[in-house]
Amino acid sequence: MSLRADTTAGVRRFSRTERWVHRTTAALMGVCVLTAACLYVPQLAELVGRRALVVTLHEWAGLALPVPVLAGLASRAFRADLGRLNRFGPHDRTWLRAALHRDRRHESRPAGKFNAGQKIYAAWIAGATLVMLATGLMMWFTHLTPLVWRTSATFVHDWLALTIGIVLAGHIGMALADPEARKGMRTGEVSREWADRQHSLWRP
Amino acid sequence: MYKGVNDTDPEQRGTPVGRRVFLGTLGLGALGVLAAPKLQSGLEGLLGGAADQDPTGLTGLLPNGGGFRYYSVASSVPRKNADTYRLKVDGLVDHPTTYTLADLKALPQTRMVRDVQCVTGWRVPDTPFEGVRLSRLLDAAGVRPTARAIRFTCFDGTYTESLTLRQARRADVLVALRMQDKDLGHSHGGPVRLYVAPMYFYKSAKWLSGITVTDEVRPGYWEERGYDVDAWVGRSNGRDDEPTS
Repeated sequence: MSLRADTTAGVRRFSRTERWVHRTTAALMGVCVLTAACLYVPQLAELVGRRALVVTLHEWAGLALPVPVLAGLASRAFRADLGRLNRFGPHDRTWLRAALHRDRRHESRPAGKFNAGQKIYAAWIAGATLVMLATGLMMWFTHLTPLVWRTSATFVHDWLALTIGIVLAGHIGMALADPEARKGMRTGEVSREWADRQHSLWRP
Repeated sequence: MYKGVNDTDPEQRGTPVGRRVFLGTLGLGALGVLAAPKLQSGLEGLLGGAADQDPTGLTGLLPNGGGFRYYSVASSVPRKNADTYRLKVDGLVDHPTTYTLADLKALPQTRMVRDVQCVTGWRVPDTPFEGVRLSRLLDAAGVRPTARAIRFTCFDGTYTESLTLRQARRADVLVALRMQDKDLGHSHGGPVRLYVAPMYFYKSAKWLSGITVTDEVRPGYWEERGYDVDAWVGRSNGRDDEPTS
């Protein structure tokens, strides 16, 4: 009996290190989003107040946000997954086309360990986080850059924050809709059946 | 060789689209910073127009959607009304005085229409403020010759502000009771706030409850956290906004 035929056994999806990278990044991102909301949404600002404290929390959580991923680079499994997220094959084009046409059939959405949507999300959120970090630092250490830059940085920081908020909501929404995917991130293992259905080209 | 190719993970090969998306996002961010001044003025026009016809008020939540933003440094701010509100004038004065809201309303009122400029960048054009000139309250209290500055305290229990005596005596500095031709609401610092027209809006302390005449400037809340004490719009805090007064 081959392993692939056994549908009850779990498949290893994420190492312990990878799960901790995700967990700590999620927690820091959560602090950033919540404090941002308390600084920005008038009703929340009115409710919470304590502006100096909220600003400090926001700044330090933002500064720490890339640290888990950088630390994760020490892990071979994490680096291997970054490699998988980076590379796009012909099947990813098929997946994206199906997504654009709202074709939800599994056979129209071939995917390796990560589908094309996850790959684009990972690359975009990494870039967006660094843009937020850079513009955030320009607003924090105001004497480091010329004045015009600071106003511009605020502009980019505000609009990108709104965009990240929407994209993150999508990320969390999709996780909420897929308990097995959440189990993979929580325990590191997914069912064989799920892996075959959602990631048909993945050969763990 | 066949076996060797098979051994390498096919998922590790292919076009590095991820890297391109990552670098592209960084590039767009940098481009955004460069193009921001142009984009910002365009969006302010667009969103300002939309906000005028928006009954939901959602446009106000968008960046550059226009209007005031609420900032409070305290955990919660008590509410004061005509019965409970008091404004105390003390320090280096001959006649320390406590005003009720009715007392302040009975004094001659001055109305001014100027732009409001926040140090964080937002600006609300042509905002009417109405209230008693600070100089009138100072004259009534009889400022002593040794006095050099004013310290303002607020009933949120935390915020403080300062002005030199010379700044405080300007005709465009008010103890404001009304804003946008309405009585000052709680979230705008009501029932009474300071209004320092020529300076960044953090000088216009909300929920004003104390005016203490002192012999030197004692930096206020944000000034202890790095903001300029002399906060002239366009000539301080490293900003070059158009002056408001």
